[in-house]
Amino acid sequence: MKYTFRILRFDPGVDQSPCFQDFIYETEEKKSLLEALMDIRNDQDCSLSFRYSCREAVCGSCAMVINGQFDLACRTMMESLGTSLIVLEPLPNLEIQKDLIVDMEPFWRALFAVEPYLFPGETSPENGHRIEDREMEKIDQFVNCIMCGCCYSACPVVARDERYLGPAALAKLYRFVKDPRDERGYKRWSRVNTEAGAWGCDTVFKCNEVCPRKVRPADGIEGLRRKLIWGKVKSLFKRVR
Amino acid sequence: MITHDILVVGGGLAGLSAALTADPHLSLAIISRVHPLRSHSVAAQGGINAALGNSQEGRDDNWEKHAFDTIKGSDYLADQAAAELMCREAVPTIYEMEHLGVPFSRSPVGLIAQRPFGGAGFPRTCFAADRTGLVIAHTLYEQAIKRQVKVYDEALVTKLVVENGRCVGVVIYDLATGQVLPMRARAVIFATGGYGRVYLRTTNAYINHGSGIGIAYRAGVALKDMEFVQFHPTSIYPKNILITEGARGEGGYLVNNKGYRFMADYAPSAMELAPRDIVARSIQTEVDKGRGFEDEYVHLDLRHLGQKKIDKRLPSVREICLKFGGIDPVETPIPIQPAQHYSMGGIDVDVRCVSSLAGFYAAGECACVSVHGANRLGGNSLLDTVVFGKIAGQEASNFVNGLELKDGNEKFLLDEAVAEKAKVDTWLSRSGGKMAHHLLNDLKVVMSEKAGIFRTKKELAEALEAIREIRDDYGRAFISGQCLRYSQAIVNLVEFGYMVDLTEVITLGALLREETRGSHYRLDFPKRDDAGWLKHTLVSLKDGKPEVAYRDVQITKYQPQERKY
Ligand SMILES: Cc1cc2nc3c(=O)[nH]c(=O)nc-3n(C[C@H](O)[C@H](O)[C@H](O)COP(=O)(O)OP(=O)(O)OC[C@H]3O[C@@H](n4cnc5c(N)ncnc54)[C@H](O)[C@@H]3O)c2cc1C
Repeated sequence: MKYTFRILRFDPGVDQSPCFQDFIYETEEKKSLLEALMDIRNDQDCSLSFRYSCREAVCGSCAMVINGQFDLACRTMMESLGTSLIVLEPLPNLEIQKDLIVDMEPFWRALFAVEPYLFPGETSPENGHRIEDREMEKIDQFVNCIMCGCCYSACPVVARDERYLGPAALAKLYRFVKDPRDERGYKRWSRVNTEAGAWGCDTVFKCNEVCPRKVRPADGIEGLRRKLIWGKVKSLFKRVR
Repeated sequence: MITHDILVVGGGLAGLSAALTADPHLSLAIISRVHPLRSHSVAAQGGINAALGNSQEGRDDNWEKHAFDTIKGSDYLADQAAAELMCREAVPTIYEMEHLGVPFSRSPVGLIAQRPFGGAGFPRTCFAADRTGLVIAHTLYEQAIKRQVKVYDEALVTKLVVENGRCVGVVIYDLATGQVLPMRARAVIFATGGYGRVYLRTTNAYINHGSGIGIAYRAGVALKDMEFVQFHPTSIYPKNILITEGARGEGGYLVNNKGYRFMADYAPSAMELAPRDIVARSIQTEVDKGRGFEDEYVHLDLRHLGQKKIDKRLPSVREICLKFGGIDPVETPIPIQPAQHYSMGGIDVDVRCVSSLAGFYAAGECACVSVHGANRLGGNSLLDTVVFGKIAGQEASNFVNGLELKDGNEKFLLDEAVAEKAKVDTWLSRSGGKMAHHLLNDLKVVMSEKAGIFRTKKELAEALEAIREIRDDYGRAFISGQCLRYSQAIVNLVEFGYMVDLTEVITLGALLREETRGSHYRLDFPKRDDAGWLKHTLVSLKDGKPEVAYRDVQITKYQPQERKY
């Protein structure tokens, strides 16, 4: 089978602007896009840059836009695309560092902003907490996140408002707020009670759609909103009393 | 010049643990060729061992039994005091991780759940479904965020800088800028992971080239027991992505083309849950005897577990099968074959992660303490990374705090970097020669064909010769293109040099060890020989050549017995 790879190339220090370059690639084997990219780099142009590591959809390195869809190159089998023209672009909403490599810094900064770590209680039970599986299941989908950045890049709110924390960070916060072991106070996390936080979401659910790990970040954002409203109601009550 | 007290090279579990336990008053940074969360550790699926005794069947478990299983599993090549230390530390380590936020799966009464794993007398493996490595790595990284640990990611360490017999820093290739730079430190900890990619078929990430081990070797540190290479029994055919041992722990069967559970012939009591070396050889034997499928694989059958259990306990396995194998394990058996998986050997360090080079420490898969001996048990590696990562962090801190010496000489470090840069320039200026990636492929073919699961003197000798030829060709290797930024070609070329060293050491050790022990199976010497070989292999570089020495195994109270399952 003969494929045309149309890849957006850009080296900011050297090129004026990004532009597409075509590579012809032939293979008879069942290959993933990542394998094909590595072959193209090795045999045709070793300056072609992209990130990769685990090749099994768990390290989150190789997210990109593949024929208009957000996905990981490693888990996309070429034949599954049903076309011989494969257009590859770097993740949007992030600056290109080189070819398919983008600067993830804003994505990480948003993550850091939500204090994405457990706030344990004062005393921790010696032999671990007793928690029912049911409780852990509530955070199950969120701990499946691999921080690949697909949701952040696909989010229309991030595209227009760079202050918005984005789906991955907010879902991560929800993961902790829902964790029975976490004792961060309401005051602490309700800082996301803003347009740059939980209320920024447009609820168009792009994030749910593009996640390669079946996480539904919007569930987390919605959960935060519910908790925020509830928190407000509770504080009103207190005042009335 | 960038200067820190401690540099930790590697952002996987071992590196993160080291960074988190180091003295917070010291200036520390992690250097990693990828972002920490892109490290291979995230791919670990099955779990992490500790004798918590949380399940009904595990009530009588304790750390001594865990140590015994580990030592027996190692075919008695593990240093027993080290294995005891790791297993004793396992229990508090798991609770500590739970308190840091690791979302372990729970038992019906709400305790940390435990599943059976190969070679273990009790269900001892704690897990978070089948994404244990992912959640532990994320949790430790979250702690690193909390403590604001400095990370230099996408920087490849190319060399250790040794001044007057002391490690004073490293040279890095910074991918984002394309620069080659020195970084100075009073202590350096390597947590650089395994070398799976020297084999054609491996479950390891693409980036697992093992350069860290080679860098230490070039700096004069000995490598220990490198001939012991673990082949995991169950990687999906043909992509060789791992199907966790947890799949057998949850009750999966191995069947040949006659529909027979052939493990009955090889390990009648442990069956599918015999240790990995034994299961891997059994599968390979079935395939070689014509009882496999397409002469390549056998079946791992999970169908009887039912969709509910598969989805709950093995969701990633199902996902991997669907995406990478095009089959659904709920309905179809999984085609599996053995593939390289883990490096038992590594940088020679003691039980405090101390190496023979002052100021240089190693932990995790790149190191050999040795706790895994000739064969590692499933679930013991994640444990090793966390336990010994911590020790390395403490030990390096003590070293720096007690140090009266000054920082390394700036000019010396700079010169080292200039010399590394000159090497890169030479590669880039070549206009012809053998393509580096072809050479690398040749190396992998040699290792897979001649230094794989079954070994003989003849093939190992041939392998050694072939490797030395590839080394000559490496001296003339060529890459097309001139770009310095984000150049995987440069990374690969740097690492390739070290891979040649590693394969030479693996093969040499295997050739000399005329016995069969754990993962090292010599068809021409099929028995274990305790009188001659109850000892560690140590290979170090002397005048550009590998020099071999041996060291006795430390025995505490477990006398070597025959290993039956
Ligand atoms: C698919 C799979 C599943 C597994 N499942 C389990 C399991 O269930 N239970 C278990 O106990 N074990 C398991 N293992 C083994 C275990 O995952 C590994 O042994 C362990 O994660 C290694 O951790 P580490 O921190 O030593 O190295 P890694 O996680 O490999 O990290 C190495 C780090 O070093 C960096 N690095 C390497 N070289 C350089 C360099 N030259 N310069 C700069 N940085 C460098 C890398 O960027 C990376 O950050 C599994 C292994 C595989 C392959």
